[in-house]
Amino acid sequence: MLEVRDVCATAGDRQILNGITITVNAGEVHAIMGPNGSGKSTLAGVLAGRDGLEVTAGSALFKGQDLFELEPEERAREGLFLAFQYPVEIPGVNNAYLLKAGLNEVRKHRGEPELDAIDFMTLIRERMKLLGMDDSLLNRPVNAGFSGGEKKRNEIFQLAVLEPALAILDETDSGLDIDALKTVAGGVNAMRSPKRAMVVVTHYQRLLNYIVPDFVHVLSDGRIVKSGGKELALELEEKGYGWVADEPAAAV
Amino acid sequence: MSTQTQTIEELATQEYKYGFVTDVEADSIPKGLNENVIRQISAKKREPEWLLEWRLNAYRVWSTMTEPRWHNVHYDPIDYQEICYYSAPKKQPQLQNLEEVDPEIRATFDKLGISLDEQKRLSGVAVDAVFDSVSVATTFKDTLAELGIIFCSFSDAVLEHPDLVRRYLGTVVPYSDNFFAALNAAVFSDGSFAYIPKGVKCPMELSTYFRINAANTGQFERTLLVADDGAQVSYLEGCTAPQRDVNQLHAAVVELVALDNATIKYSTVQNWYPGDKDGKGGIYNFVTKRGRALANAKITWTQVETGSAITWKYPSCILQGDNSVGEFYSVAVTNNHQQADTGTKMVHLGKNTRSTIVSKGISAGFGQNTYRGLVRIAKGARGARNYSQCDSLLIGDRCGAHTFPYLEVRNTSSQVEHEASTSKVGEDQIFYCRQRGLSTEDAVNLIVNGFCKEVFRELPMEFAVEAQKLLGVSLEGSVG
Repeated sequence: MLEVRDVCATAGDRQILNGITITVNAGEVHAIMGPNGSGKSTLAGVLAGRDGLEVTAGSALFKGQDLFELEPEERAREGLFLAFQYPVEIPGVNNAYLLKAGLNEVRKHRGEPELDAIDFMTLIRERMKLLGMDDSLLNRPVNAGFSGGEKKRNEIFQLAVLEPALAILDETDSGLDIDALKTVAGGVNAMRSPKRAMVVVTHYQRLLNYIVPDFVHVLSDGRIVKSGGKELALELEEKGYGWVADEPAAAV
Repeated sequence: MSTQTQTIEELATQEYKYGFVTDVEADSIPKGLNENVIRQISAKKREPEWLLEWRLNAYRVWSTMTEPRWHNVHYDPIDYQEICYYSAPKKQPQLQNLEEVDPEIRATFDKLGISLDEQKRLSGVAVDAVFDSVSVATTFKDTLAELGIIFCSFSDAVLEHPDLVRRYLGTVVPYSDNFFAALNAAVFSDGSFAYIPKGVKCPMELSTYFRINAANTGQFERTLLVADDGAQVSYLEGCTAPQRDVNQLHAAVVELVALDNATIKYSTVQNWYPGDKDGKGGIYNFVTKRGRALANAKITWTQVETGSAITWKYPSCILQGDNSVGEFYSVAVTNNHQQADTGTKMVHLGKNTRSTIVSKGISAGFGQNTYRGLVRIAKGARGARNYSQCDSLLIGDRCGAHTFPYLEVRNTSSQVEHEASTSKVGEDQIFYCRQRGLSTEDAVNLIVNGFCKEVFRELPMEFAVEAQKLLGVSLEGSVG
């Protein structure tokens, strides 16, 4: 599904990623953990094609294609989904409208017919149940005036509707209380499938109690310094990041 | 420069792809302006003596006036003696079918969703007998006539309904009002006239008829709409299809008269040629639009302004009667080197008069967008209320948005509210949409349409759809 080889990246003149290598297969859930500033969100951004990040070395194959050759929307249409750490507000644009536009772009790309309003509503009502979402969120402007929890729930709801091949969750747990965390994790778990891979970026182990990963990678100073199974997350929780980081100072 | 900014930049600087110029056979008077030219114009139109006098008075006042300089737009001085002030309706070359029309223009029509018949009319294709626009127009005219509604060209109105024209002409925008209004009064070419009798609700958008029957009304258009007691009318001016004109200066005047309990809704979509990407050759649009509302009457101006090199217009309401209502909803787009100085004036004279202003300015490229609005509440306008909201959206970092609100309140029982905001189309908003599968173009389009939503919902339904598409096409092509 995703093969990342020795990827280095800069943001402006700052070197952030220093050679990341990771392979994610269909059906797997990978957790990327690490202290603040270790490059977790940069990695998510590089994979999604965020502007302002420059890949200076390395390669990435997504479903056999050169990922870095694809525009962000092409990656999305190929099935790469990023749940944003800070979902963006778009005033005046109906939440459901954006989602329908996105879904139909994806369907067009797959050679499937576009959904009309009725089929679309049927689909999203079904998916809304997964997240226990309120109908009113559909007709409100995208993320505008949403609480932190509503924004994150909306991201996972979009994931559930778009059904991507690879979902990257960037600190989806940040800003969530425990109830919201459980709901969001429930939505993510419902989307787990042998055909779908997930990369869960998180600072805390807490989320991984609810979304249990197959693999855990620890990022420090732009490198993966340790990889292991789900038990690695627990160990980290106990011992702190200083335990694995090459340079504990970088973990501040 | 980041790639994202570059993309926006590219979108913003694309040229106006859809304009066209046709060589026309025109019956014109030599260029220049003097009393003799005005006499010739009036004679060619077989106008009554009083109207000629009115024109001449306007000309004499105009000669003493100086061009306004207070606006926030810049252009080289206009030589008024270098302009031709009369040109008979143009004859477009007749084409046999749509295949002969420039494919790019047809593509635009398709994107705008303009019907095949209208496409033919707009591009000068001979219309077949079944859809003969003249007969369609006649049908409309019959329906309107049954209700006593008069709707015709201004010139016809002068000849056929001289008393009505004489009673109302210049009562809202006097010929001495301002430099451009005086110029228009002296040399106006043609335009539209409508009269809705007492208590009659006009059963159709007058635009429908107008669009089908649109004549080339020339650069000095004059429109007069009168809604008698309790009458209601909705009128749409302009067209989303791109328009190009050999005349650079346009100075139109629109007067609305809403008598007691009448309602007039006046919607405009303006897509004149904005000039090339360096700002050369675009239309200068200096327009005076004003309505007078008597007791319990309501006037609504809605405008979507995407074209012209320079837009200078302030559709206004004189809220003369008690409880009268004025509304102004505006979307103005400036891109490349386009400049817009637009807004409204709400003059509250009657008691408990109310006004609402919602202005959305979008600037891209080097575009400069100015909102200029006046809310004046007279001493006697007790209990008057105004709400104003002015929002500006910037695309790129070389454009400008300016807001000049003037509030003059002369009594203590009135309420005036003003809100303003400025925002940028954020790269993070665009990236968010792209991450959901939308192209950059669609993303910008979506964000801009969201920004304009409050105005679009004031447009008659079918035009709201067209206006949205227009913004889309504009983002791709002429404006961002």
